[in-house]
Amino acid sequence: MSRLKLFIPVIVFMVMAVMLWRGLYLDPRTLPSVLIDKPLPDFELPRVEDEALISKADLPDEPFLLNVWGSYCLPCLQENPILMAAKEAGVVPIVGVNYKDKLNLARLWMDDNGSPFDFSIMDADGRLGINLGVYGAPETFIVDGNGVIRYKHIGVIDYKTWDEEIMPALAAVRAEATL
Amino acid sequence: MRRSVALVRLYCLSLLLVLGAVVAGALPQPTLAAVDAFEFETDEQQRRFRQMSDDFRCPMCQNTSLTGSSGGVAEDLRREIYLMIMDGKTDYEIEQFMLERYGDFIFYRPRLTLETVLLWFGPLLFLVLGGWIIFGIIRRAQPMTQEQVALNDEEQQRLKALLDNVKRD
Amino acid sequence: MVPELGQFALILSFCLCVLLGTLPLIGAGTGNQLWISLARPLTAGVFVFLSLCLLILGYSFVTDDFSVQFVAQHSNSLLPIQYKITAVWGGHEGSFLFWTWMLALWMLAVSLFSKAMPDDFVARVLGIMGLIGAGYTLFMIATSNPFDRVLPLSPADGADLNSALQDIGFIIHPPSLYMGYVGFSVVFAFAIAALLSGRLDSAWARWSRPWANAAWAILTIGIALGSWWAYYELGWGGWWAWDPVENPPMINWLLGTALIHSLAVTEKRGVFKSWTVLLAIMAFASSLLGTFITRSGLLTSVHAFASDPTRGVYILGFLGLVIGGSLLLFALRAPLMKSEFGFASVSREVFLLANNIILVVASAAILLGTLYPMVYQAVSGGELISVGPPYFNTIFVPLMSILVIFLVLGAISRWKKTSVAYLKQQLRNVAIASVVLGLILPLALTLEFNVGASIATALGLWIVLGIVQDIRLKIANKPSVLAGLRSLAVAYIGMQIAHFGFAVILMGAALTSIYSIEKSVLLSPGQGVDLGHYHFQFDGTEHLSGPNFEAERATFQVLRDGEFVRELHPEKRVYVASMSPSTEMAIDAGFTRDLFITLGEERESGAWSMSIYIKPLVRWVWLGSIIMALGAIVAVLDKRYRRLKVKTLAQAAAEPEATPGVSGGQTVTG
Repeated sequence: MSRLKLFIPVIVFMVMAVMLWRGLYLDPRTLPSVLIDKPLPDFELPRVEDEALISKADLPDEPFLLNVWGSYCLPCLQENPILMAAKEAGVVPIVGVNYKDKLNLARLWMDDNGSPFDFSIMDADGRLGINLGVYGAPETFIVDGNGVIRYKHIGVIDYKTWDEEIMPALAAVRAEATL
Repeated sequence: MRRSVALVRLYCLSLLLVLGAVVAGALPQPTLAAVDAFEFETDEQQRRFRQMSDDFRCPMCQNTSLTGSSGGVAEDLRREIYLMIMDGKTDYEIEQFMLERYGDFIFYRPRLTLETVLLWFGPLLFLVLGGWIIFGIIRRAQPMTQEQVALNDEEQQRLKALLDNVKRD
Repeated sequence: MVPELGQFALILSFCLCVLLGTLPLIGAGTGNQLWISLARPLTAGVFVFLSLCLLILGYSFVTDDFSVQFVAQHSNSLLPIQYKITAVWGGHEGSFLFWTWMLALWMLAVSLFSKAMPDDFVARVLGIMGLIGAGYTLFMIATSNPFDRVLPLSPADGADLNSALQDIGFIIHPPSLYMGYVGFSVVFAFAIAALLSGRLDSAWARWSRPWANAAWAILTIGIALGSWWAYYELGWGGWWAWDPVENPPMINWLLGTALIHSLAVTEKRGVFKSWTVLLAIMAFASSLLGTFITRSGLLTSVHAFASDPTRGVYILGFLGLVIGGSLLLFALRAPLMKSEFGFASVSREVFLLANNIILVVASAAILLGTLYPMVYQAVSGGELISVGPPYFNTIFVPLMSILVIFLVLGAISRWKKTSVAYLKQQLRNVAIASVVLGLILPLALTLEFNVGASIATALGLWIVLGIVQDIRLKIANKPSVLAGLRSLAVAYIGMQIAHFGFAVILMGAALTSIYSIEKSVLLSPGQGVDLGHYHFQFDGTEHLSGPNFEAERATFQVLRDGEFVRELHPEKRVYVASMSPSTEMAIDAGFTRDLFITLGEERESGAWSMSIYIKPLVRWVWLGSIIMALGAIVAVLDKRYRRLKVKTLAQAAAEPEATPGVSGGQTVTG
């Protein structure tokens, strides 16, 4: 019996080793959103395009993408073509949140690269971003017709992400809306 | 003689190290610190701010608190905490604010929930287990008889010889 | 051409490690004297070739050979020479080579300082270390080769060493930390050799002790230097963050502390043998775990190297093989616990065991907290939680408090059996004095009552006064105090020094956490601010041009209770090359407190935002660590040296060797 007790360390260790092995394939960095199925936070902010004040009521009544971007953000530049293509094809309305940026720089960026957004909300001090649980651009939300957040993607959107993640999620949200 | 020389050498070495540590601290050092310019009305407010800034995690950094991160969302969150403190919000309200937006990830002190019971009570469990092991060992250790505790004859002789040696030195 | 020589040397090192890990071990098992005698020469060979690898890598850095990928990633032609050399450990591949070289250094030390041990035992020890070295070198060759080249299009210049690393802390912290960390592989090898040979006795413990103490002392300094470096690097007064990369060395240190005490019991009393062997395995396991966590991307940390699951899998596999194998060997070969005998329920053995258990519990708790987020994420399907300083401090502080209480009880207790009445008699006054002074002193010095400060002071005094009391007891029947002190065994002196150092750390850590104050203000030139007993007068800034930066240099007059103390000059710099701003804090370091100022930004009004900190007793943390390490080294010095002398003399006079456990001329103390 005593001899068996000496086997406890090796068993405990093996269990730990298996846990560590599994842990290697987890990603500890992307923070999942806690705002899923919660309504968008209220806000009253100017638009980048014309500085007119807008609020939640001015957002689209159908499912749309809310894209957090900045003129300083390189990945935002990388995902711009994909969002532009989506806009051309009229796939889904895209509303931008210009996060912690300067008005003139944002406008310049949109002029240079094209704007895939119906309009962009100017969040100069990052308050809206905090209420959205944002921690860095780019981040993209799928919001349904009732202003409820249904999905969040952190990081750049490439073609693969668009096809395999965004589109299916969007389809699911749309399917619910018609029920 | 050799013993004391070695000791003296070590003593000097350690003194040098000590001085080094103390002196080295006096030169200007580059730092990664973030400095806010928040002015508080009371020391208590400053203390609360520092405490919360230490206990919340920066969402975008590599495992640093809000205190230890400069720029970005960390700066904004510290600003929010400051405004909430000045606004008279309680610690609980501020924690709720953070929780609603960033989830449990932002708490360096994990909340006590069903999922974290093992975390918070694990160490106590280990301690109890440890105590049980010790009592087991003590119980099973063969008790010493009076004969075993007292020095036996051979040991008595050796002790005498050693003491004689010491007296002679 | 030269890096290829490094490549070759690395492969040769691997081959020699394989030979070292097989032939002497087999030889020791079969009694083949020839193969046994290969151990020392092979060890020398491993050391020579790994040194060559290190020198070649250093050479590549110094000669700006950017065709070597590692050099290109971590150096730059404008980098000052001392950082070019230390950049060798500035990234994963190079630091792992440095780690492996440390192993070779310890192996060499063992082969040189092991004349007092039987050859077959030494062969086993070196063989096991050779196996470990084989694993490390294979890892480098397979996944992390520092000599990989970028050809044919080598970069014209390198990416530069991270600016945070261009600092003296980087020059001294990694070498000392690695040396301590790797040092536990020696006592691990001793333990495995003992299990393999079936020779697990007091002699084995006696041989192991100096190695364990040395590794522990160096690890103590390595961790302390890391803390000291972080303190002034980070600039907001923190000196220990319970970060996932900081925790494994702490676990290693705690287990190492348990090990050195358990070895003392096993040597003197012949008990707890299995427990000591298990601790040796666990201490080494924690050092491997540290390597794993830092280099595999398992956990997020500012200290971690770039993540790579492939490397992680390899290290984990190695960890599993080495530790799993060792623990299996332990289960099969360790003496059964029921062989423990010879001590009563109140005795020194029991107190030491109790503290061993507490140290292991603390280690397990820290490990639990470190790995919990990962487990939670896996089990919950992706949700993340964080476990940080609030958790670790809540768990660690009470455990250490219990440890401190038992520490003094154990030090005063006698072996075999101590009566509770005796303990009460000797320690009653110490206990009363500690509690009373604990209540009075903080109150007297700060005019405010603080529970934590009182407890910390009482615990610290409990240790210090306990030391004084124990020494008084020991020199009670000596002719004079001086004669009494001289008669104390050096090992005993070392122990008391180490415990004293621990008390210093304890009080420093606790009191600085409780009494540190800070203030953030906006000051215009000419304005001042009060904090604590000090007044900081801001005289304004002046422009300064540095070699590669432009700076605003502020001047502060620091006064205490109206009297001038000194000037402080924090700076705000903009490095021309990167256009990035950087803050230079100004510290007034002191034995009783640190003051420092960090500049923020200048406003249009000409006022500056800034933070001012007063941290009482923070230096005690590192001072105490140095004292502790010193104590451990002193404890090991005398015995081993004199025993070596005895052995040599004995050999010369062809006398039979003294029986193990009895040291000629040693007083029966400590």
